[in-house]
Amino acid sequence: MTAYDPCAHCEEMMQPYLDRVLTDAERAEAETHLDECSYCRKRYHFEERLRQFVRQAVQQEAMPVELKTKLAGLRTPLQ
Amino acid sequence: MSETTREPDARRLATDARDRVRFEEDALALSDQVYRVARHLVGSREEAEDLMQETYARAFRSWRSFQPGTNLRAWLLRILTNLNIDRGRRQQRTPDLQPLEEGDYFLYNKLEAAGEGGNDEERVVERLSQNDVVTALSEVPHDFRDVVVLVDIGDFTYADAAQILDIPIGTVMSRLHRGRRILKKAMAESAVGGEAA
Repeated sequence: MTAYDPCAHCEEMMQPYLDRVLTDAERAEAETHLDECSYCRKRYHFEERLRQFVRQAVQQEAMPVELKTKLAGLRTPLQ
Repeated sequence: MSETTREPDARRLATDARDRVRFEEDALALSDQVYRVARHLVGSREEAEDLMQETYARAFRSWRSFQPGTNLRAWLLRILTNLNIDRGRRQQRTPDLQPLEEGDYFLYNKLEAAGEGGNDEERVVERLSQNDVVTALSEVPHDFRDVVVLVDIGDFTYADAAQILDIPIGTVMSRLHRGRRILKKAMAESAVGGEAA
């Protein structure tokens, strides 16, 4: 039987924690560990920051203006 | 036809036209957001532009099937992903279920190990470039990328993503979990090179 590793368990909870889908009890469990463990805390903060960074990085490319015009041109003509 | 019959008909037509125009305006107002998701669901800008035009043409034709009050952005993305499948991804591949050894802390650990000086997590993120992210995302297999793009970039809920992709919510969660790990592994390879292998 392998020993319980609280950091491994905290790692498993990271994605659902940041997606806010943990139960109240699970969230409290994760937060208790994060309060005590700077190793996991750094990695949670990094992941949170990474998500923002990914979103910003891929949203740099705006929709071309010509495409917007073409889409508007697809509207049904008014009678 | 009597005058009294014609009047309600005219009113109905006017209401119909008003609803249609409102629908079209609402859909067009969301086009930037839909494009941002579309751009990363498909391989190239050209494909994304073609897909957007097909999506909006179909949406405008079938506007009556949209239920007002429900999520229009999700409805548009549902059309877009269906068209995308029709365009060459009719056969959804079975996801590669080989175990991925790296855990969720993998990218941080790699970047931290490769860094010099301070290891503040804000600074660790700064070791990634926009290009690292865009390249890494394009390398994530479609089945996984779809859910990552919808949830992490499109900001859709698990339930919306499940509806858009027509897959069970449990599949969204498992693909999202795996997709994020694949993305982080690809980002590590892009940012740190061979050291991440």
